[in-house]
Amino acid sequence: MVKKLKQNPARFPGAEAIENKGWIKAHRWLLLRRLSQLSILALFLAGPLFGLWIVKGNIASSLTFDILPLSDPYILLQSLAAGFVPTATAFIGAAIVLAAYFFLGGRIYCSWVCPMNIVTDTAGWLRRKLGISGGLGLSLSKQTRYWLLASTLILAAITGTLVWEAVNPVTLLYRGILYGMGLGWLLILAVFLFDLLISKNGWCGHLCPMGAFYSLPALISPVRISAVKREQCNDCMDCFAVCPEKQVIYTPLRGADQGISPVISSPNCTNCGRCIDVCNESVFQFGLQQPFKSKSLSPKKEVTHEST
Amino acid sequence: MSAQNKTASNRRRFLKESGRSLGIVMCLALGLGVNSRQGRALPARALRPPGALPEDDFNAACIRCGLCVRDCPFDILHLATPEQHIPTGTPYFIAREKGCEMCEDIPCIPACPTNALNHDLTNIDDARMGLAVLVDQEACIAFQGLRCEVCFNICPVRGEAITLEYIHNQRSDKHAMFIPIVHSDSCTGCGKCEQACILDETAIRVLPMALAKGLLGKHYRLGWEQKQQAGGSMVTPDTEHKYNLPEGMRYDYDGVGLIDERPAAAPEEATSVPGLDVLNQKGKP
Ligand code: SF4
Ligand code: SF4
Ligand code: SF4
Ligand code: SF4
Repeated sequence: MVKKLKQNPARFPGAEAIENKGWIKAHRWLLLRRLSQLSILALFLAGPLFGLWIVKGNIASSLTFDILPLSDPYILLQSLAAGFVPTATAFIGAAIVLAAYFFLGGRIYCSWVCPMNIVTDTAGWLRRKLGISGGLGLSLSKQTRYWLLASTLILAAITGTLVWEAVNPVTLLYRGILYGMGLGWLLILAVFLFDLLISKNGWCGHLCPMGAFYSLPALISPVRISAVKREQCNDCMDCFAVCPEKQVIYTPLRGADQGISPVISSPNCTNCGRCIDVCNESVFQFGLQQPFKSKSLSPKKEVTHEST
Repeated sequence: MSAQNKTASNRRRFLKESGRSLGIVMCLALGLGVNSRQGRALPARALRPPGALPEDDFNAACIRCGLCVRDCPFDILHLATPEQHIPTGTPYFIAREKGCEMCEDIPCIPACPTNALNHDLTNIDDARMGLAVLVDQEACIAFQGLRCEVCFNICPVRGEAITLEYIHNQRSDKHAMFIPIVHSDSCTGCGKCEQACILDETAIRVLPMALAKGLLGKHYRLGWEQKQQAGGSMVTPDTEHKYNLPEGMRYDYDGVGLIDERPAAAPEEATSVPGLDVLNQKGKP
């Protein structure tokens, strides 16, 4: 049995790494991710703001350089569930997107593209800063998002409309920034407060069906994070503190005795690279895994629930 | 705590959490479902871009990407925000604010990646975004006998979607009123007339088809149309109508009316009573 470790509440995760590697290096992946998220948004905004039409539309579906169609496969799936078969353009767009996420790790969408990630990350950061722990006693199962994902598709089938897209904070935020927000801000604020006060990583880690959907292609994605130098781990627990899906780290990091691969192969790892940033011992690295060959694919081996 | 105890308590916690989560998901789903039902009917003021599928299909088809909005050169389209009673994220326009310019190449349609705006629509004159209805004859100044015709003049399907009918002005008794009449076989529902109406509140409005059009009962047959189709009367040929008139009288249907052919009777003798002549004297004091 691996010994249970408690995080020291007095230290702020990543403090040592900052001291050691310097602020920039200790935030390298975070900065790159923000750059990626904001650049994508900027590409969309350049049109309406400066008349520079590189990308049109929004993350639901877009057209780049008037030639490359990209569509969100989850939204397309809702449309199909609602009983509508769209034109080839939408399918081609969704196929390209899906292919990219198959390769890069599905939930890379979450950490490198999704605008809500900035909101929920901020809530998580503030939670750590203010030392808020627990919440209103609401601990949700990590599987909730899959039920929600199924519900959104069933609801679309029953009602014949894209029910989830009426409230999906991800598309709502993107669409809002590009086309006008209206009172959509309230919903985004609600998610922020939910994450800050009620449930740690509540939205992205437990509820968001979009993240759940994108975790599916990640089951066989080659690009993964790996705890290559796990023997150097000094049990500071900083990676657990910053990881939005901390259950995914446990087995690869601690499973050396049981001969478990150090590759974080859980589809719910968002490939955000925060663990690489905050680890003072440089345990983690981006790496490649051979698809279908991972040992901890079965979610049973993950610690799937936590009390927050 | 023994290992066994621990698994048991883990399992209990797992079940409890799962149950709670499932409950939350079900509540959310129910709420969303009901909400989607309510938010379904499009408000009468909101019109869909040209080629939009019927509302129910449209809500399944449109993935709320806004590509149509971007390719409209006149910026008339918007995406609905959550507080509006329009399915969130779907495109609409408000005729009174800015009507559709009926672009000849209809750029909004090929922009749509899903066919929510039907790519089969290639002639903008075939678009049916709604139907203009002169909703308030009391306010429309044409009905007051004043010359306006702004809607008639601005209509892009000029002279076909709106025509002017001349009607006698009963008030002045010597003028004609120029009454705008909309024809559903030509009106595209572009909303230009509504946008242009000079009143503070427009008297002509583009309404969704379902609100604008009546529908004759299925069993109805218009006799004259049936007759024309059949190329003649479809009932036993009319027998000549017989009037039940006193002998010696006829009725001419084509105008003359009642014809009295009885032999003239001898004039009756004038009867009189004393004083009647005085009563019959009119206008004299
Ligand atoms: S879980 Fe959902 S909201 Fe969170 S980052 Fe992923 S897609 Fe965005
Ligand atoms: S026809 Fe032209 S003006 Fe009308 S909605 Fe389409 S692009 Fe806009
Ligand atoms: S382009 Fe099509 S799918 Fe996109 S918002 Fe317009 S109607 Fe909807
Ligand atoms: S909406 Fe008005 S302006 Fe447009 S076609 Fe119909 S009658 Fe003409």
